[in-house]
Amino acid sequence: MRAADRISRYSAQERANHWMVALLFVLAAASGLALFHPAFFFLSNFFGGGTWDRILHPFLGVLMFLSFLGLMVRFWSHNHYTPADRQWLRRFRDVLNNHDEGLDTGKYNAGQKTLFWVMVITTFLLLLSGIIIWQPWFAPYFPIALLRVAVVAHSLSAWVLIAGIFVHVYAAIWVKGTVRAMTRGDVSRAWAKKHHPAWYREISK
Amino acid sequence: MASQSLDITRRSATTTQPPDVRGAVPQVAKLIDISKCIGCKACQAACMEWNDYRDEIGTCNGTYNNPPDLDANQWTVMRFTEYEPEAGKLEWLIRKDGCMHCADPGCLTACPSPGAIVQYGNGIVDFHEEHCIGCGYCITGCPFNIPRLSKKEGKAYKCTLCSDRVAVGLEPACIKACPTGALVFGTKEDMTHHAEGRIADLKSRGHAQAALYDPQGVGGTHVMYVLPHGDKPEIYEGLPKDPGISAWVSVWKGVTKPILSLGLGVIALGGFIHYVTKGPNEADDEDAKEDEHEGR
Ligand code: HEM
Ligand code: SF4
Ligand code: SF4
Repeated sequence: MRAADRISRYSAQERANHWMVALLFVLAAASGLALFHPAFFFLSNFFGGGTWDRILHPFLGVLMFLSFLGLMVRFWSHNHYTPADRQWLRRFRDVLNNHDEGLDTGKYNAGQKTLFWVMVITTFLLLLSGIIIWQPWFAPYFPIALLRVAVVAHSLSAWVLIAGIFVHVYAAIWVKGTVRAMTRGDVSRAWAKKHHPAWYREISK
Repeated sequence: MASQSLDITRRSATTTQPPDVRGAVPQVAKLIDISKCIGCKACQAACMEWNDYRDEIGTCNGTYNNPPDLDANQWTVMRFTEYEPEAGKLEWLIRKDGCMHCADPGCLTACPSPGAIVQYGNGIVDFHEEHCIGCGYCITGCPFNIPRLSKKEGKAYKCTLCSDRVAVGLEPACIKACPTGALVFGTKEDMTHHAEGRIADLKSRGHAQAALYDPQGVGGTHVMYVLPHGDKPEIYEGLPKDPGISAWVSVWKGVTKPILSLGLGVIALGGFIHYVTKGPNEADDEDAKEDEHEGR
């Protein structure tokens, strides 16, 4: 296929940044889940046992946060809601049923934007609460009552983020032609026209 | 592991029944009679000796509290309070602080590491440091601010109620050392009975509010106090009046997590079902078809 037929969606830097975050997310989430419920404790084996899991997790989390900052800065301006997004949300049921015709979606649809903000908020909450409960470096400086609140905030935000990422991954598998945007950087014209028509018009001006 | 490993009622981060085949083990308790304590710290020294730990030599903070706090190398400390019940009167309150061995232990509830904390059939709550991962969740869970992480290797420590001695029919080291009989040890039933006698005696001598401290918010404890001022436990260096596992800890460790864990499974399954019922969303032209077999 000729390169001219395809539209560039993500630069090499953006892709590298995205997969850096993805890798660190998987590591942070798996090492965190190991402590979340006994059903997941076996995950600590991938990190060298319970103690290593506990030691490594906060560092993986902080690295994930830092690399996510890169994505956040890159994608921030594309994620403001527009009137077209309200239309998308109203027709959410149609979207799920693969009847997304007639929606004038920009670079990101309302679902993607919502996920973006969910990620921004939960990552900050995770950092803040994670530092508070981080033994032995920071936790001793905080009152125990605060540790209790922080650990609840941490596990709930982690759950929201993990659930959000499940949706994110599924959406990429569901909407064909999407994964390649993040692996090779480009999408087909048809993909752009169908899923992000407003963005397509903008870039083909 | 000694024979006490056969009598485990609860085990941290474990969702199946731990070994408990013999069942009927008598519940034990230590009774600390504050009215008889003279603050000599013989129990503190005996604890160091039997358990063979030595805290670092610290500095005097101007009180008799020495060392000033519990530590991974200090499982019991005497806490001194100068209390004025009314102007011109002074009482010197001395409380032996340490793990209360709660029937409903917040530390064990919070611990994420299988087998790092166990509760024996006799009621003793014991940390097994070789399974401890050093996360400090037990500190978050404990209503009495007891567990301490070692600065040396990051494991959590606290009073064992001399589980090793009790398992072979000995009383805890502190009990053996106490010169006044302020510390006694036996079955929880006997200790409760003994406390009743002490409380009656205190009441007859002007301590109308004398009471047993066996807080029901944590299901009762296997370390109990006879408090001359039973209505005001907080005057004894902040002994909580109505301790219980914090609501935050219950939310964190209760039904929430199984439900949320299941939720993740449901979301994953939902995606799969959606894919096989609604199918993928394809941009249907030549490009898209090529996309597909090029590995998307
Ligand atoms: C942003 C930086 C982060 C920091 C500083 C941090 C720190 C911590 C700390 C200190 C703990 C307690 C266990 C331990 O000491 O290892 C913990 C637990 C946990 N973390 Fe993080 N974390 C961060 C990010 C994340 C991320 C990105 C996730 C997953 C999406 C996550 C999920 C979890 C979970 C599920 C737990 C177990 C909570 C529980 O026991 O209920 N954390 N984290
Ligand atoms: S006093 Fe604290 S450390 Fe001791 S059993 Fe109760 S919750 Fe656990
Ligand atoms: S520090 Fe050790 S004993 Fe305490 S909760 Fe963590 S694993 Fe359990």
